[in-house]
Amino acid sequence: MGSTSAHNNEGLGRRDLIKRSAALGVITVPTMSFLASCASGDSGSDEKVEKGTKSAENPLAVNESAPLELVIFDGGFGTKYAEDAKAVYAKTYPKAKVTFSKTQKIQSVLQPRFNGGTPPDLIDNSGAQQMDMGVLVGKKQLADLTPLLDAPSIDDPNKTVRDTLRPGIVEMGQFDGDPVWIMYYAYTVYGVWYSQTALDKLDATYPENWDDMLALCAKAKKKGIAGWTYAGKYPYYLPFSLYPFIAKIGGVEVLDAIDNLEPKAWEHPAVKAAFEAYYELFKKGYVLEGTPGLDHRGSQGAWANGKALFIPNGSWVENEEASIIPKDFKLSVGAPSSLDASDKMPFGTIWASGGEPFIVPANAKNAEGGMEQLRIMLSEASSKSFTSSTKSLSAYNGGTDGIELSDGLKSGVAALEKAGTNVVNPRLQDWYVKLQKEQIGVSGLGEMMAGRATPAEAIKKIQGYADAAAKDGSIKHFKHQ
Amino acid sequence: MQHGKYRFIVGFLIAPMALYVIFVVWPFIQSIYYSFTDWTGLSPDFEMVGFDNYTKMFKDDIFWKSLEHSVLLAVLLPLVTLGLALFFAFMLNVGGRRRKDAVISGVRGSGFYKIAYFFPQVLSIAIVAILFQFAFDPAQGMINGSLKAFGFDHDLPNWLGDPKLALWCIMAVLVWCTTGFFVVLFSAGMASIPKDFYEAALLDGATRFTTFFRITLPLLWDTVQSGWVYMGILALGAEGFAVVNIMSVGPGGPDYSTTVLPLYVYQAAFRDGQAGYATTIGVALLLVTLAFAAVVMKLGRRERLEY
Repeated sequence: MGSTSAHNNEGLGRRDLIKRSAALGVITVPTMSFLASCASGDSGSDEKVEKGTKSAENPLAVNESAPLELVIFDGGFGTKYAEDAKAVYAKTYPKAKVTFSKTQKIQSVLQPRFNGGTPPDLIDNSGAQQMDMGVLVGKKQLADLTPLLDAPSIDDPNKTVRDTLRPGIVEMGQFDGDPVWIMYYAYTVYGVWYSQTALDKLDATYPENWDDMLALCAKAKKKGIAGWTYAGKYPYYLPFSLYPFIAKIGGVEVLDAIDNLEPKAWEHPAVKAAFEAYYELFKKGYVLEGTPGLDHRGSQGAWANGKALFIPNGSWVENEEASIIPKDFKLSVGAPSSLDASDKMPFGTIWASGGEPFIVPANAKNAEGGMEQLRIMLSEASSKSFTSSTKSLSAYNGGTDGIELSDGLKSGVAALEKAGTNVVNPRLQDWYVKLQKEQIGVSGLGEMMAGRATPAEAIKKIQGYADAAAKDGSIKHFKHQ
Repeated sequence: MQHGKYRFIVGFLIAPMALYVIFVVWPFIQSIYYSFTDWTGLSPDFEMVGFDNYTKMFKDDIFWKSLEHSVLLAVLLPLVTLGLALFFAFMLNVGGRRRKDAVISGVRGSGFYKIAYFFPQVLSIAIVAILFQFAFDPAQGMINGSLKAFGFDHDLPNWLGDPKLALWCIMAVLVWCTTGFFVVLFSAGMASIPKDFYEAALLDGATRFTTFFRITLPLLWDTVQSGWVYMGILALGAEGFAVVNIMSVGPGGPDYSTTVLPLYVYQAAFRDGQAGYATTIGVALLLVTLAFAAVVMKLGRRERLEY
């Protein structure tokens, strides 16, 4: 071995040289240069395209021959709906060259382009690699979509696009003040998902109050079925049913205070009551064994196979698990059960809000084109195509007539009808991603539901994280209007 | 002919050096520069903020936890991996009983073992992590499944879901997938140790134990030392990141029990939109890695044997 080492002279031997350069090279490459490689280039020096002529058919004054570039997230909903809408744009503006690309890696594909000032014209900023909306808004990287909202809708020129949207969609796209930065295209119903068939087998209906819930879980346990499971590796799925539960107990102000990062927001008695109720599920052994080690697909799989009755989730679960949910499953969604008679909001209170955030970058060359594409997507025909291909509702209010609704979707529509105006929309998950996912989710709720922290300890911990986030100057803060 | 020597060498080195400076050294300097800014990574405008990122980092509990785990990985993983690899390589090459006329030989079936050990090396680290994620799955996974088959029924470990076990599970995976490489590396090293040394040792009646510690290890020291640095850098950098990011709860959990520095860099840069702060942690990681390499080189220095 020594033959390749230097031993006669004072200089570096070949091995030493290799060792040292390898040491330097190997550290540098993965850790730092990848950051610097997307370092800032020139900011938006490229010219924007000229506006076209405004007319009844072209209310946004789209330049008819300007190229349009779309980047769509290829996730649970696929991209067929967006391709269909793209075809409509290409037909309306035959002189325009439309580029369409799909990816699951939104951030790694688009971050350098935002940095360089040459982003595409319309983006579906979704999925695990979503770009932080707070930062994008804070750094003025997004275009205001108000012109789109005030434009007449495709189906009825007497109605604006704004008039055709589901409640809450426009507010969700706002951050501080009036401009609308984001157009949420999907409409997600969150809650407690279950199989009506499984409940029928236990001779039960969906429990409308917590005592019934516990009784049903006890009954199921005797038959060897767990009451609940959840995505243990991603415990930030728990809030999908826990947050509306908190709002139901203490009123929507409690959730608003939490979103606004107010001091002691988490110490509200409603939060404590809700946490204790969920903790009781663990204490009494109603949570599927091994749940803290399951990922979302694992827990959904166990649930679909009948090992657990209930799972907190969103309406995408129907499409995501379509291949394993049994035919006679009768997928349904339930609103959080009542805790007791003193609850502030009625049974039926549910969390529903926009999903699939579409954005038009401020530096987009053809921003009007990007908005026009959104206007097309918000037509009744496009919305129907989305609903039938993804089993999900869109932001367009209606558009479900005449298409056959799947079990889950039907139940979601019914839940929304029952909720009426009692729809809550907590914003932590789009305002403070780290706080919601890692700190509240994994370190707070995850630890509590695994039995390693009491509700009181979890609340104290979460309040600490929320206070730290409120004080952190490098995070942009938002408030409910 | 001596006076032109340096010009000659420089002439040859200028192109590779330029490449090295542009693609390795320059990004480095850039990163250090960015660590003094509030760059978000999502917009080209940023301002200098002085040492703000560094003050923030020193007060950041998660940074300290990540550092602790990274250092633990860098110290323990090479120890376990290289120890196992040395043992296996010795048994495969030298440890066998004397047969026929071969002076030294490996244990029976060593050819097969060599391939078996090396096999994980041909799999991408991402695939390995995903496979083990399934194996550790507490409900349907292979590990708890086997435990059940042996009659353990209750309170089976939650593996990745348990903060006390998660980091050890991840380390086990890293050991599993890197040991094979070093077995092969050390085997090659052992093959170049002259056979007469072993012959002499055998004539003197040395046991396997003595042979290993008196002959094999000292003559293999250079290779072990390189392996040590290489393994430590893997643990601090890419491999440690990949396995934690794919396998762990959260990732980085449960409750920050598996978070490591490169994961924190990634999350700050690509989840939180704080690229400036991420480069600051990157600088810390760089220092840790350099310190690690320096310590190993310094402590590992010993007189070289010639043969």
